[in-house]
Amino acid sequence: MQMKRRTFAKTLMAGAGLIAAPRLITKASAADPFKAAWIYVGPVGDFGWSYQHDQGRKAVEKALGDQVKTAYVESVPEGADAERVLRELASAGNKIIFATSFGFWQPALKVAKQFPDVKFEHATGYKRAENLATYNIRFYEGRYIQGVIAGKMSKSGIVGYIGSVPIPEVIMGMNAFIQGMRTVRPDARIKMVMINAWYDPGKEADAAKALLDQGADIIAQHTDSPAPLQTAHERGVKGFGQASDMIKFAPDTQLTSSIDHWDEYYVSRVKAAMDGTWKSGDVWDGLKAGMLKMAPYMNMPDDVKALAEKTEAGIKSGEIMIFMGPMKAQDGTVKIKEGQMLDDGAIAGMDWLAEGVEGQLPK
Amino acid sequence: MNGFELFTSVALSVISASTPLLLAATGELVTEKSGVLNLGVEGMMLVGAVIGFAVTLGSGSATLGIVAAALAGTAMALVFAVLTLTLLTNQVATGLALTIFGIGLSALVGAGFVGQPLQPLPKLVLPGLSTLPVIGPILFGQDALVYLSFAALIGVSWFLRKTHAGLVLRAVGDSHDAAHAIGYGVIKVRYLATLFGGAMCGIAGAYFSLAYTPMWAENMTSGRGWIALALVVFAAWRPARLLLGAYLFGGITILQLHIQGFGIAIPSQFVSMLPYLATIVVLVAISSDRTRVRLNTPACLGRAFNAAG
Repeated sequence: MQMKRRTFAKTLMAGAGLIAAPRLITKASAADPFKAAWIYVGPVGDFGWSYQHDQGRKAVEKALGDQVKTAYVESVPEGADAERVLRELASAGNKIIFATSFGFWQPALKVAKQFPDVKFEHATGYKRAENLATYNIRFYEGRYIQGVIAGKMSKSGIVGYIGSVPIPEVIMGMNAFIQGMRTVRPDARIKMVMINAWYDPGKEADAAKALLDQGADIIAQHTDSPAPLQTAHERGVKGFGQASDMIKFAPDTQLTSSIDHWDEYYVSRVKAAMDGTWKSGDVWDGLKAGMLKMAPYMNMPDDVKALAEKTEAGIKSGEIMIFMGPMKAQDGTVKIKEGQMLDDGAIAGMDWLAEGVEGQLPK
Repeated sequence: MNGFELFTSVALSVISASTPLLLAATGELVTEKSGVLNLGVEGMMLVGAVIGFAVTLGSGSATLGIVAAALAGTAMALVFAVLTLTLLTNQVATGLALTIFGIGLSALVGAGFVGQPLQPLPKLVLPGLSTLPVIGPILFGQDALVYLSFAALIGVSWFLRKTHAGLVLRAVGDSHDAAHAIGYGVIKVRYLATLFGGAMCGIAGAYFSLAYTPMWAENMTSGRGWIALALVVFAAWRPARLLLGAYLFGGITILQLHIQGFGIAIPSQFVSMLPYLATIVVLVAISSDRTRVRLNTPACLGRAFNAAG
C-alpha cells in the first residue's frame, strides 16, 4: 500500500509539473479541467463502503466529462498518514477533496486550514470549517424498512445481526431495525454479535453461522462483505445486503439492501465548487434525497413487498418518524417519551440499545 | 434446533474456520523444518486465493482452480527462494516484502473479479454414510480441501519422521554445514521445502475464495496467514500439535461468537481477543520447558547458507 501511494504521488507531481508549464503561456484556458480528489479508508475493491464512494467519483467523471479530472487514493490509514495524503492532493492542484471516513476528521480540519482556497468535505463527520463541509447518509432509514420486512418474514421472531464496532452509527441502525420490526411483530428480538472489524469475510460468515445456530432465521449485517448473505443462502434462510446491492451473491436470499448512493451529492458539490456557489455546511439525508436507496424487494410475498414499499414511501413523506416515542432501552427505562421525537444530535450520539436487542455494549 | 444439530453445526463451523490455518501451517512447517523462515504466508495465501478464484470462474472447474492456486503459491515461494537461497537476501525482510507484494498483486489481479459470485466448493458425499446423524456431516460430508488438510498433515508427519528424505530435510534445517559436509544438497532441499510451503499456502488461499467465503475480495484472508505462522511456533514444529493448535484456534474463534450471541455480559472486544490470548498462554506454557523447545526448533531457522563460505 505504501508503495502504491508513493508511486501515485510521484505520478501526480509529474503530472502537475507538465500542466504547469504550458499554463504560464496560455493562462487558464476554459479547457483546463477542474481537479477533484477522494481518499478512501479501504480498498475500492471491498464491494461495500469504499466501493460505493468510488462509484460516486465515477459518476462525477461521467456527468462532467472533460471539465473535471478526478483522482483517488485508496486504503489510507486514519491518522497522520491521511494528513500527508490530503496535503499532497491539495498541493497537486485539486480544488475539492472528499475525505470519506470518520477517522479523517482531524487531518481534514488541519489541512483545510493550510489550504483556504481548496474545498474539503468530510463524510460522517461533525467538525466543520469555512472550507470544510460534512455530509452523511441516514442509513438507519433503510434499517427500519429491513426491520419491517424481517418482522413479516421471520418465523422465530429472532434476527441475527452482525455488527462491526459499538459506535453510534451501528447502534442507531440496530435500534431502528428493532423499532421497525416491532411494528409488525411486538415480540421480535435481535441477537447481535460484534466482530470488531468492518471487513473480515471469514469472521462475518462465522458470526452468521453462530447466530443461525442460536435460533435466528434472518441475517442482517453492519459489516461490509457479502459473506453473511452467502452463509444465509447455504442455510436456506433470508438476509439483507449492506452498502451495495449484493443480489448477485445471493439471488434467492437477499430481501433487499440499503445502498449508499453518493453519486448526485458528489456531482452537485463538484459543480458548486466549479461555479463558485459551494458553501460549507452539513448534509444528512436519506431516502427522500436519494442518498439512500433500497435494492429491489425480492424473495418475499407480495403483501410484504407492498408493506415495504409503503414503509419506504412513509419515510420519504415524513409520515413515518423512526425515532418517535415511546421507545425503551434494554433495561426498560424510557428513552423517548410518547409523542416525542429524538433530535438529530441525540440520534447521532446514540449509546443505548433498544428493548428487544440482546447483547451488551462495552461500558 | 436440538442439541445434536447444534453440536453438528458448531463442529462444521469450527472445521471451516480451522482448515485454512491447518493447510497453510502444514506447508510452513515443512519450510521451517528445512531451516527457511518464510514470513510471506499471508501474501502467498492471497495470491492463491485470487488465482484459484479466477481459474475456477473461468474454467468452471474447481479442481483446476485449486491446482492453479497451488501453482500460484509455488511461484510466489519461488521468488522468495531465489532471493533468499540463491541471492542470499535476509529471510525476514524478504518474507515481509513477499506479504506486502502479495497483497498488492492479488488486489491488482483481482480488480476485475470483485463482486462476482461463485458456487461454493461441492461437498463430497458418500451415499449412506453422509446422512448418519452427527458424524455423517462431520466425517463424511466435507469438501475435498478439508480432507486434503488432514491427508497433508498425516503425509508430512510420516515424511518427516519415517522417510530418509525427511531425515535429510531435518538435518538441513538443524545443521546446514554438517548436511553439506556429508554431501546433501542444502540449497536444493531448501528450495523444494520452500516451494512445498508455497503450494500449501496457495491451496489455503483457495479454501478462502472457493469454500469458506466463495468470492474474491481484497485482503480477504484478513491476517490468517500470520496466525498460521504463529501456529507453527505454537506447535513447536510438531505436526500433531499443529492439528491441535489449528482446531483450538478455530474453536475459540467460533466459541466467542456464540458467547456474544447468547448475550453473556463479556465485552465483545475481550472475546475477540480470546483466540490470541489462548495462543499466547499456550506458547508460554510450551516455552517453559526449554530443552524440549530446543529439541524441536530447527537450529538453522532463518540462517542463510553459503556453500562457498
